[in-house]
Amino acid sequence: MTAAVDKIAAADPTAPVVVGRQRRSRGFLRGLLPPLIVGIGGLALWELIVKAGRIAPFILPAPSAIWEQFWLSRSVIWQTGLATGANAFVGLIAGAVVGILGAMAASRFRLLGEVSIPVAAALNALPIIALAPILNNMFDSTSSIPRRVVVSIVVFFPVFINTLRGLREVNPTHRELMDSYAAGGWTFTRLVRLPGALPFVFTGLRQASSLAVIAAVVAEYFGGLQDGLGSRITSAASNTAYPRAWAFVVGACVLGLVFYAVSLGLERLATPWRRSR
Amino acid sequence: MTAVALSGVGKVFNAGRADQVVALTGVDLTVDSGQFVSLIGPSGCGKSTLLRLVADLIQPTSGTLTVAGKPARKARLDQEYGIAFQQAGLFEWRTVLRNVELPLELRGTGRRERKRRAEEMLELVGLADFTGHYPAQLSGGMQQRVAIARALAVHPLLLLMDEPFGALDEMTRERLQDELLRICAQTGTSTIFVTHSIPEAVYLSDRVVVMSPRPGRITDVIEIDLGPRSEATRQSAGFFAGITKVRRALRGTPAPTSSSPSASSSASAEVTAS
Repeated sequence: MTAAVDKIAAADPTAPVVVGRQRRSRGFLRGLLPPLIVGIGGLALWELIVKAGRIAPFILPAPSAIWEQFWLSRSVIWQTGLATGANAFVGLIAGAVVGILGAMAASRFRLLGEVSIPVAAALNALPIIALAPILNNMFDSTSSIPRRVVVSIVVFFPVFINTLRGLREVNPTHRELMDSYAAGGWTFTRLVRLPGALPFVFTGLRQASSLAVIAAVVAEYFGGLQDGLGSRITSAASNTAYPRAWAFVVGACVLGLVFYAVSLGLERLATPWRRSR
Repeated sequence: MTAVALSGVGKVFNAGRADQVVALTGVDLTVDSGQFVSLIGPSGCGKSTLLRLVADLIQPTSGTLTVAGKPARKARLDQEYGIAFQQAGLFEWRTVLRNVELPLELRGTGRRERKRRAEEMLELVGLADFTGHYPAQLSGGMQQRVAIARALAVHPLLLLMDEPFGALDEMTRERLQDELLRICAQTGTSTIFVTHSIPEAVYLSDRVVVMSPRPGRITDVIEIDLGPRSEATRQSAGFFAGITKVRRALRGTPAPTSSSPSASSSASAEVTAS
């Protein structure tokens, strides 16, 4: 009897198609190739236009000039990149932890949930440009805390909002099922709410990861400790060393990409069921 | 042995408010052990409400209700029943095996025993090769079979099903009906099955409970005696006679007053003759 059933299962036309490793890696190459071609093509066009004299080099330096400066300043970019990266990382973790815990509390208590969203929205509307100088004055000029606080405020909102949405979206069938198992309270949160919210948490973290680097760079424009990428961009620009300023911008861009890629990788590790779709 | 007994059960939603709804009134029903009972009726007749009352997912406003000889609440806390809904409702972050293990996990069954039982149930529904898959990798019919395996994993005396095949295509549906009957016969499980398909109710059931809306109540109970089911059953005269009887009962045409098995078989003979 079961054998007959197995045959039917095997013949199920809607049964899953098992994707081989080879096919998946070819898909990865195919996904990578178009942006690579567009990127290289764009850079070549940019170089050509600047070299042809259509744009003055002090307005937009050629990619080759930026690369030259990047290579010359590589150790400084590395050092300042590490400092900015540390600020972004600490702020990201702090903001994300507060955001996730806050969302858990807001989903648990109805009143808190209703009050918290406008408060979070107001917090999100706070311009970091306005906040950074104030925070810089509140702390020592050798303190890294102001920049990290700026980062965590920026990070908080996307993580909080997304996590809250995930925690609130519980499939009604799941709820009835858990009721039928007589499972409530923390068991329900642990087995249904939290894993169900994970994809939402990571959507928030992915958005927050790039924002964290941007905030860490920009916060430095407004005083405080000057050991990160932001300070080098302002100082190079004020010395009219535009290719060098751009080289640090490239550094900041790479740092942002690293943060994004790491959060994407963590997401894939933490939610394996979404990968196999 | 009685698996489920309801007497004078009624349910009123939003009692005392402007939007008060009498979902069920005066329901008397007993389901004997090993019996397969279908609830059928138009939308709003309270068949899902009745199932949820038995499952203690909602509580009755009047009447008494026992499951496996205990009050419904006690039966739920003891996990005396397994339940499956129209939506498979699998946890997409758990593999097929861990989905089936979940009710056992919540009962505190040991890891080894859990795995053994879950594998046994998946074998029963013909999905032994898919234990490591995630639900999103399965077709709708396969997901529904996992949900049935999960409902059976605790070896319940009672299986509650709310239109579990409602979202499936006709072929898958018929195949799962046969599988369900086989499993119920194999495990001796009593079943309450909500459906709005007349042929499905007749094919599966020992008794078809016909319900009517406004207010939701039982209007008729039709005994079906078709013997062991097979492909031939679906073409048999008795099957079509049963369908006609249920259809008539649903329309409200006065059905034969008695609903004992002998009376129903004579009635079906009469229908075939006409």
